Amino acid sequence: MPRPRNYQTEAIIIKKTKLGEADRILTLYTPDLGKIQAVARGVRRPKSKMAGHLELLTHSQVTLARGRNLDIIIGSQTINGFLPLKTDLWLTSYGLYVTELVNQFTADHIEDETLFRLLLDTLQALSETNNRELLLRYFEIHLLESSGYRPQLQECVTCHQPLEPVTNFFCASIGSTLCPVCGLNQSFARPISVNALKVLRFILGKDFNAVGRLKIDATLSDELESITRSYLKYLLEREVKSANWLDELKEQIKKSKG
Amino acid sequence: MNQQTTLGADTIGRLIQELNKLPGIGPKSAQRLAYYLMRAPQEQASQLADAILSIKQKIKLCSICYNVTDSDPCPLCRNEQRDHSVVCVVEQPQDILAIDHTGVYKGLYHVLHGAISPTEGVGTNDVKIKELINRLQDNSVKEIILATNTNLEGEQTALYLNQLLSPLGIKITRLARGLPFGTELEYADDATLTRALEGRQQL
Repeated sequence: MPRPRNYQTEAIIIKKTKLGEADRILTLYTPDLGKIQAVARGVRRPKSKMAGHLELLTHSQVTLARGRNLDIIIGSQTINGFLPLKTDLWLTSYGLYVTELVNQFTADHIEDETLFRLLLDTLQALSETNNRELLLRYFEIHLLESSGYRPQLQECVTCHQPLEPVTNFFCASIGSTLCPVCGLNQSFARPISVNALKVLRFILGKDFNAVGRLKIDATLSDELESITRSYLKYLLEREVKSANWLDELKEQIKKSKG
Repeated sequence: MNQQTTLGADTIGRLIQELNKLPGIGPKSAQRLAYYLMRAPQEQASQLADAILSIKQKIKLCSICYNVTDSDPCPLCRNEQRDHSVVCVVEQPQDILAIDHTGVYKGLYHVLHGAISPTEGVGTNDVKIKELINRLQDNSVKEIILATNTNLEGEQTALYLNQLLSPLGIKITRLARGLPFGTELEYADDATLTRALEGRQQL
């Protein structure tokens, strides 16, 4: 049976690049086709009927026509525009960070419905929770898990002894914890506090409803951020651009307060 | 490319190649333009060549508003008739043309030359934000109009500027966002409609 010329899918717009005078190439994350790229014609013209439905951080129902090279978007209808995300500087930045990570961790045409749901739920939760940093950690850990990089947090990877409740080590290049003795011999290992390890284990095992109720202080939050960041950076072998932007924003808040 | 140069004379091949590099000009359009110019009067060709050269040689950025200009400060900033207490912040020089064409706005401008885009690595130092802050130091400006694009990058730039400028105690406004003239309601997206409803006005 010949493949139908047009097809429809849900999609979250995770990246856009300009093409020619008025077109864009969009990167869409879909539940059943994985990550796909498609051309949106004329969306940079002011009277484009689709432009508002194809903005970054938008969950839309899109209709595509098979093209010779890239498929072409011929219709689009917003399912959820995540408006709160787009009217707050921080939320926009967090949203962009999350979508950039999805884009970097996925390859084209590999479907992963769990990851799609995770992305959708995270974008939704961003505007609802007060625990945004923890939500980002939750997203990062579960993204790692679905990409096959679930961190091993139960025992020391070298001597296979269960970890004692003391300051242990975490090594980004192995993706695992190390006991204090073995950790000293690993040059890339960094210390991980008892509380940070507990939170990471909790995040791995629970859904966000449970994780979002955790109360953690700023020091622990910073430690968790630096642990997941170092692991992500090691795996990606490059900077996450929107993470640099988040740092710049934080820096500025500090400056204006002090 | 080789085929083209062997088919015609080398000189015309070179022109075709150069024209081909322009945005929106494919090989066929480039050929058509090249052969048209070959037949066109000498005068027209030299005027074109001269115009192209002078944008590279004479155009610079205005030291006040960073608009493109051939005299510094630019005619807009020098104009005493305009309201110097209002500054309209835009992304590109072309936006000034669009806003000024309305004839409604009589204030000054500030060109950012881009919008903040974290995922493409465009940060605050890559657009002319510092220059805007410096310009506001003498307290002569009473209102800032944020006229960045209404896409995600433009919105984010506006939100960022608002956060940055609000401690200065200057009135900060944003262009209204709603339905463009001549559109049909049924195709409007949620964001536009929400804002159009929020910003509705009594007739």
